[in-house]
Amino acid sequence: MQEFEYVAPANLEDAIRLMAEKGPRAKALAGGTDILIQLRGGRFQIDRLVDIKKIPELNELSFSEANGLTVGAAVECYRVYEDQTVQKLYPGLFDSASLIGGIQIQGRATVGGNLCNAAPSGDNIPSLIVQEAVAIVAGPNGRRNISVEDFCAGPGRNVLQEGELLVAIHIPTPKPNFGAHFLRFIPRNEMDIAIANSAVSVLLDDSKQHIVSARIAIGSVAPTPVFAREASALLTGKEANEASIEEAAEATKAAASPINDMRGTIDQRIHLVGVLTKRALRTAISRAREG
Amino acid sequence: MTTTIDKTAGTPGKYKVLGTRPVRHDGIEKVTGAARYGADMNMPEMLHGKILRSPHAHARIRSIDTSKAEALPGVMAVATSKDLPIIQARELNPGQGGPRLLAENDLADKKVLYKGHAVAAVAATSPHIAEEALALIAVDYEVLPTVLGWREAMKEGATLLHDNLTEKFSATRGGAGEDTGNKSNVASHLQLKMGNVEQGFKEADTILEREYNTQTIHQGYIEPFACTAQWIPEGRLTIWTSTQGIFGVRGNVAAILNIPESMIKIVPMEIGGGFGGKGTGYLEPVAAVLSKKTGHPIKMVMSRKEVFEGTGPSSGTSITVKIGAKKDGTITAAQLGMIYEAGAYPGSPMVGGVTSAVSAYKIDNVLIDGYDVVCNKPKTAAYRAPGHPQAAFAAESALDELADMLGMDPMDLRLKNVAMEGDRAVTGVPHAHVGLKEVMDVMKAHPHYTAPLGGPNRGRGVATGYRLNGGGSGSSATINVLANGTVNLTTGSMDLSGTRVAIAMQVAETLGLTAEEVTPQVVDTDSVGWTGGSGGSRITFDTGRASIAAAQLVIEQMGARAARLWEVQPEDVEFVDGIFICTKNTDDKFTFKELAGKLMTTGGPVTCSAMDTQGGVGGALAGNIFDVEVDPETGKVDILRSTVFLDIGQAAHPSYVEGQMQGGTLQGIGWALNEEYFFTPEGVMANSSLLDYRMPTSLDLPMIDTVIIEYANPRHPYGLRGAGEHPIIAPLPAMANAVSRAIGVRMATLPISPGAILEAIEKKNTNK
Repeated sequence: MQEFEYVAPANLEDAIRLMAEKGPRAKALAGGTDILIQLRGGRFQIDRLVDIKKIPELNELSFSEANGLTVGAAVECYRVYEDQTVQKLYPGLFDSASLIGGIQIQGRATVGGNLCNAAPSGDNIPSLIVQEAVAIVAGPNGRRNISVEDFCAGPGRNVLQEGELLVAIHIPTPKPNFGAHFLRFIPRNEMDIAIANSAVSVLLDDSKQHIVSARIAIGSVAPTPVFAREASALLTGKEANEASIEEAAEATKAAASPINDMRGTIDQRIHLVGVLTKRALRTAISRAREG
Repeated sequence: MTTTIDKTAGTPGKYKVLGTRPVRHDGIEKVTGAARYGADMNMPEMLHGKILRSPHAHARIRSIDTSKAEALPGVMAVATSKDLPIIQARELNPGQGGPRLLAENDLADKKVLYKGHAVAAVAATSPHIAEEALALIAVDYEVLPTVLGWREAMKEGATLLHDNLTEKFSATRGGAGEDTGNKSNVASHLQLKMGNVEQGFKEADTILEREYNTQTIHQGYIEPFACTAQWIPEGRLTIWTSTQGIFGVRGNVAAILNIPESMIKIVPMEIGGGFGGKGTGYLEPVAAVLSKKTGHPIKMVMSRKEVFEGTGPSSGTSITVKIGAKKDGTITAAQLGMIYEAGAYPGSPMVGGVTSAVSAYKIDNVLIDGYDVVCNKPKTAAYRAPGHPQAAFAAESALDELADMLGMDPMDLRLKNVAMEGDRAVTGVPHAHVGLKEVMDVMKAHPHYTAPLGGPNRGRGVATGYRLNGGGSGSSATINVLANGTVNLTTGSMDLSGTRVAIAMQVAETLGLTAEEVTPQVVDTDSVGWTGGSGGSRITFDTGRASIAAAQLVIEQMGARAARLWEVQPEDVEFVDGIFICTKNTDDKFTFKELAGKLMTTGGPVTCSAMDTQGGVGGALAGNIFDVEVDPETGKVDILRSTVFLDIGQAAHPSYVEGQMQGGTLQGIGWALNEEYFFTPEGVMANSSLLDYRMPTSLDLPMIDTVIIEYANPRHPYGLRGAGEHPIIAPLPAMANAVSRAIGVRMATLPISPGAILEAIEKKNTNK
């Protein structure tokens, strides 16, 4: 590993300046569970690592009925899944945050870092997409909001400009009769990377028999996590039954464009995305009914 | 749950110490972090060594320019194969093996033969500078076609890895074989025969033929290779290293550096797993050369990637089995073709496979052809019961399928054909105790074998594993008696698995002491007699025998001291239950402790050394039963229940026997279900991390129940057998059999990954 400068600014303005000064040769450090391994492996050559954990605003985890959930960029997975509001209102995010890596990883890794790392297999990203999460970004030119489904640009690449930092992820308050679920397939039972994953959310009508709207997002099956728009739209107004589930799961497979690699084959991944989506929809619907 | 079934003892409590579970002597240091492993050495003025490795799987080295690396501030020396004296002195003859071959594997000479093959080494003031310097070494390669596996290597007109490698043919186990003169990637062909297979197949009512394949896999020890070398200018060379055999390292380093063994001291560090893979060193001669060049101690530690790409895994194999039986289950003939990939240089564990595959069965007509084949993968190294698990995967899977074809219970088919003491194995050697019948009787009677499976998509698999163990290599031991009546036990056997305590317990049993009153230590090559490496399931047995012999000398010498005090002859003193008694006057007694306190006034200290070269821990048998459930939509295997059975002779410390049984089962499960080197077409390992090389974690396993079976081994004073290797054999076929039964498709290729299961189910459904 080459020498680089480590800085830990105490406020966002300093952090943005420190990032902007070095352009592409600066990287942000949150939990470090990805970046440190990438630096050791020689994937990047950098001059400066900017630790964002000392910035109070980025450590905020808060909820209000009016504004929804705010997850600061430096908030670790364990804080997210131990939060009672998350457990109650954001079940898909709870599912994904609590199965990333192992317990030690979850103590360090952040939801924001998982998003910025932009891995096709990033387990939290589909969960964020189906709960309509928005990334709040700050940079030399001020703040902007980016829908999470538009945040990743390719394997390991995101849409942040030089000097920009993720400040927080904002997730609106779900309406009543809402349910969500996240599933991934790994050959082992932990410490593994998804061969495929799928997050779904559904909003049922008051009879709890019909789907008002649904969102399906899948991972590890394309250069970025994918919001399966067409498959999601298919469920609008449908009966919440097995036929609808099968149809949407089948349509979701069309949104996958995976590769063959040591973790899985194209056929296996497409097949699994269908299976996982079907199973996740069943659970999300029953969660919505349980309310 | 642990069950111990003692078949020979008669009464419980046959031994006072053996069979109990004292706290291991090295336990506190290990759990508190005080124990020092390979990478824990730090010395004043120490430098850090790093290795440049080949990016190509097969290439000729045209030139190496190290000048830019040498000019980098902080770099103190660069070494290449030119710095290893043996490479200058002798041409490589890959068929002969030996230290010349090891040297070339440590630093490539004219060719690189696998991605990750070491090419040059740098010593610098920090590991980071050393790493930077590697990038400044310019190697001019002429890239050659990659010969990635046995299939390519054995093809007509295949690219040859070694210009002067010729195929050897042998019709007996052992010996060099006859040189056919044919230039080939096949280094050797071993053919063992018994009876007449053609005739045997004619007598069969049912014949099964199938090909079984396995991939390159790694032992997966958690501690990477690490060593530190200090070569005092004009003086001796000391190497602190994590190894399974200090004397083997000493011999190889001496030969590679062309210096006498007396100039070298090898100091063993604690070892964080070896499983056979640390019988061979890689870094020691390189670190020594860098130390000589710089005058500083050199520390070298491999990364996980280097361990995967640059050290010895176990062979990928392809094994064809043809096996025939009569309607009543009598096996009439077995024919096996067994191809083992050796990696870059000859020396796969093919012989282990050929000699063990069907040896636990009495089959009159057997023909086995084994092939040792070089290809552009890392040179293979030993892994628990080398070559046996792949062979058992083929043979025991075939038996399972044959049982189905015959409509027999798989255990009954095996029992029908068990080899017993005196039956000849395919090696021509009559068996001593086999243990197959004894272990299978226990397996069949165990509640697990008849418990209901309780659901769809479930299957139960059984298999046995026979380790055909040959001769031991010799061990030394020294015992010093302390004035307080305790003893120090000194051996040269690296403790991989609790052997310190297991050997100390044998000494305690002999001397009438408690395990805690024996203090075992493992020392360097200057401080103990020659001792072969820790491998071959032999340490608790061989080093145990040497230590018992030393303890008997202690009894003899102390008896003589008692005789002097009692003014009788030494033969008038008996040692019974830890007490020295005068047979002339039975009121004259000394406890061991009392007499130990009198040694300094009766002639001085008692220090006794002994060695044991008998070897022959003997064959050993284990078996597994697995229940699995397969998710037919994802191909995921959930292991519901797992029981392992093992014939240990007599358990010294049952906890560590169970540890071997559970550890072997775990490693076998990984081998069966997920582990493999995933190579790109260019021969690059794509999954060289523990994230993607999927060894099982604790969450992937149920509790592995153990059943210890004790048929005393007549070759050991207390009846011990080995435990280290054979638990890894049966899990491969037992798991394959369980999954095959759960999904209704025979799985004949490892790993049986979820993807492979999905494909098999898909194929079955479309064929309907």
